[in-house]
Amino acid sequence: MEEDHLNHTCAFLLIGGSAGSLEVLFKLLPLLRADLPFPIALVLHRRSSADSSLSELLASKTLNPTQEVEDKEPITSGTIYLAPADYHLLIEHDHTFSLDYSEKINFSRPSIDVTFESAAEVYGPRLVGILLSGANEDGTRGLTAVKRAGGIAAVQNPDTAQMPFMPHYALTHLPVDYVFDTIQMAAFINSLA
Amino acid sequence: MIEEEDIDLLLNDLFDLYGYDFTRYSRASLKRRIIRLCSLDKFPSFAELRYRVRSDPSYLKRFVEEVTVNVTEMFRDPGFYKSLREDVLPVLGTKPFIRIWHAGCSTGEEVYSMAILLKEANLLRRSLLYATDLNPSVLEKVRKGIFPLALMKQYSESYMNAGGTRDFSSYYTAQYGQAKFDNELSEKIIISTHNLVSDSSFNEFDLILCRNVLIYFDKELQDRVLKLFDASLGTLGHLALGTKETLKFSAVQNKFKQLNREKIWKKII
Repeated sequence: MEEDHLNHTCAFLLIGGSAGSLEVLFKLLPLLRADLPFPIALVLHRRSSADSSLSELLASKTLNPTQEVEDKEPITSGTIYLAPADYHLLIEHDHTFSLDYSEKINFSRPSIDVTFESAAEVYGPRLVGILLSGANEDGTRGLTAVKRAGGIAAVQNPDTAQMPFMPHYALTHLPVDYVFDTIQMAAFINSLA
Repeated sequence: MIEEEDIDLLLNDLFDLYGYDFTRYSRASLKRRIIRLCSLDKFPSFAELRYRVRSDPSYLKRFVEEVTVNVTEMFRDPGFYKSLREDVLPVLGTKPFIRIWHAGCSTGEEVYSMAILLKEANLLRRSLLYATDLNPSVLEKVRKGIFPLALMKQYSESYMNAGGTRDFSSYYTAQYGQAKFDNELSEKIIISTHNLVSDSSFNEFDLILCRNVLIYFDKELQDRVLKLFDASLGTLGHLALGTKETLKFSAVQNKFKQLNREKIWKKII
């Protein structure tokens, strides 16, 4: 039986993406309401050279405050955080971010798995994880951890993804709760409380 | 599944038996490293890892090496090195003798990068670079100055992006897939174990570099270490941190002024 997820409260929303995910975010972010009652963290595979213009570009698409994470920064509701290039992003139990420059995971730093697994430990059932377009396996282990902790797992519909591999890989490895196109994804996020 | 209480027990063991204090490390990262080690060394359960740590002092070395992060590279963040070259070295150059501390230097790629900058500024001869880390084995690599040849192409690009104009390969000799950096660089590097958590200040420096080390510490330990750096810097000394690290909200923030958008501060009082 499908649970009624509308009864879930969302304390933290994670969105992970790789190749082809920026286009989705550029469409998704303007559709989100301006007073989100939870924080969002974006974990995107990007070139390792610190390219700070991405957070500015994303910020220009939303009324919600958007910024790249600094080490030990407290997590604030309503803010959209971007994982910095070339660091793994972790969540501490006191609801602050930690950064980590350890080995790449799935050829990626930041790795989506690392952030999702770490957030699942802290937020458990109040966590929502969404995987977007991408061409590698990163994210599936993380999304599995979100599910196992009682949270909600969603993916972009692979048919609408520029690179369907990443959401498709998740769909074939775990019981994903929702498969969305961009419009459905926005409506879902706006309905979370 | 490893519980927080298990980690606490292990950290207590490490402190009681060996004097290593990891209790103020960033817990999320530390826990990931411990789980990774459990799986690398194929312990069937966490209890068995704990038993091994408690009963086998020779395993401690491996534990500390694997739980701490030792990933580093030469000329990482070229913009930072460019700023060192253009904004900091001219100030250091006014001193008769230059002392630099690389705290938590790992395998030393950043120390050699610094030595190259000093050489190109004609300052190497009157400089000493103190390279410290809590892992003795990574310091052995610093001493040798041998790094994988396969990485030299990437390092050479970063060197050029940092304002380097010479032929990067003139700094090392290539053999058997390794690049051995010149003795002229390594003989200015003084190596010593030093634990930022428990050891105190040991000299006065003109420049302290500690990049991507504080991210593994919690706020309180970060504060303690920053005070240690403050106490180890001479007047108008410089402090350099990693690109996502900050003095903001720390106990010493009012004693320092950030130079520019790179993470370099000057001690003003």
